[in-house]
Amino acid sequence: MKAAAAVAPKATVLAVTSGKGGVGKTFFSANLAAALARLGERVLVLDADLGLANLDVVLNLHPKITLHDVFTGKASLDEAILPAPGGFSVLLAGSGLVEYSRLTPHVREQLVEIIDRVAPRFDRILLDTGAGISDVVLHAISLADDVLVIATPEPTSMTDAYATIKLLATQQGRRAIRIVVNQVSVAGEGRTIRNQLQLVVDRFVTPRLDDGSAVALEMQGEIPTDPAVREAVQRRTLLLDRLPGSRAALAVAAIAARMAA
Amino acid sequence: MRPKIEPNFAAAALQLDGALLLLQQSGHALPDRARSEDAWLQAVIDGLCELSSRDALTGLANRRHFELTLASEVDRVARAGEPALVLMIDIDHFKRVNDAHGHQSGDLVLKAIAVALSECVRPMDTVARFGGEEFAMILPNCPPSYGLAVAERVRAHVGAHPIPIGAAEEVTVTVSIGGAFAPQWVRSSPLLWVERADQQLYRAKSEGRNRACLEEPMVSHVSAEEKGLLFGTSTFAELG
Repeated sequence: MKAAAAVAPKATVLAVTSGKGGVGKTFFSANLAAALARLGERVLVLDADLGLANLDVVLNLHPKITLHDVFTGKASLDEAILPAPGGFSVLLAGSGLVEYSRLTPHVREQLVEIIDRVAPRFDRILLDTGAGISDVVLHAISLADDVLVIATPEPTSMTDAYATIKLLATQQGRRAIRIVVNQVSVAGEGRTIRNQLQLVVDRFVTPRLDDGSAVALEMQGEIPTDPAVREAVQRRTLLLDRLPGSRAALAVAAIAARMAA
Repeated sequence: MRPKIEPNFAAAALQLDGALLLLQQSGHALPDRARSEDAWLQAVIDGLCELSSRDALTGLANRRHFELTLASEVDRVARAGEPALVLMIDIDHFKRVNDAHGHQSGDLVLKAIAVALSECVRPMDTVARFGGEEFAMILPNCPPSYGLAVAERVRAHVGAHPIPIGAAEEVTVTVSIGGAFAPQWVRSSPLLWVERADQQLYRAKSEGRNRACLEEPMVSHVSAEEKGLLFGTSTFAELG
């Protein structure tokens, strides 16, 4: 599914996904990218939600050139890679590209090619995938080295996270999936949720895997519910820029530090 | 909104001879002249629409109609989460029939297979001639656990009925079947769905023909049992 390793060192590709929308996926991707950039990594966030992108909204960017122009040959890939406020780069899809919300062979090839071409120039590529599960999302995830599922303690979010994990394990053969729990109200709640997800995975998913291996959910960290997040989102700024000392910002920074170590 | 049309005016001004001939030739009853102008024209148009969605030889849905139905089924599955199955069905060694018995016999075989396939499905299912000797079926609301049984039934039914191709001659043909389920709740595309079923058809052919192969269905459904375990402990009781 992935291209063979090139000679030059290539970026690690991490897909950030959630199943349900509105759990802070794009917020997390953008701030994680900023935190990794502060640690010295060259980071690109690719808006892989081709039909319903909103990374531009979160970052308050008004791109003239998007992935759409690259797909249609109107602009080069270099022109479409934009600097974002947090010291990382973004490749935006542009919202409302309904024709790309379905995976056609064209979109499939273009995504593979774009990731291949940008990989040598970055240390890490974050694929911010769309809400819900679609062929485009599954395809984007299949191009990533690692997947991170972000959930909140809300039952609908946990159910969707579980459904996504199940799909990734059975369909894409993922055996390690990273977990971040956002909007936790009590310290340690994230760990409890991860354990609960692992319990259900062990009971219902692992037995269906034909290779006899198990799926490990790797806890990456939890982010507390924090009014600072709301403030940053409403002002369309990065939390790490606006309120770097807030509890949520520190939590994201801690996740980045663990990831970069 | 529409301008008032004088009786017989529109029909007289339009070139409908070709359309009427097509309808007549394909066995459609021509619309009743005694009806109102609008109703008569509507009946002609309806007849043409019906005609353009059918395969001329077999009378099954044609490729165009199949693709339309498939697209709406993909949307329905993504929205409602109901499972749906697509089967691609190909006659084994059809060229041999044509070579040994001639193309007219080949046509008889295609027609007979069309009838056989139609006998295997529910009224809500779509049976189409996809092209050449390849047929396709859309089976809405078909649970994954039934998929293989349905495909097997189709395969066995075709193989069990010799097809008369002359006064005293008959041939028995077999079919290979490939099937794939539309991933439930997933925004997918008709193209990929058919492609996945085609891969299974290829597998059925390469494993020796006269067999049905189905793709493992994607599992994104969360059962009540799984939810029970996910939320069942006291820690999560307050979360419902």
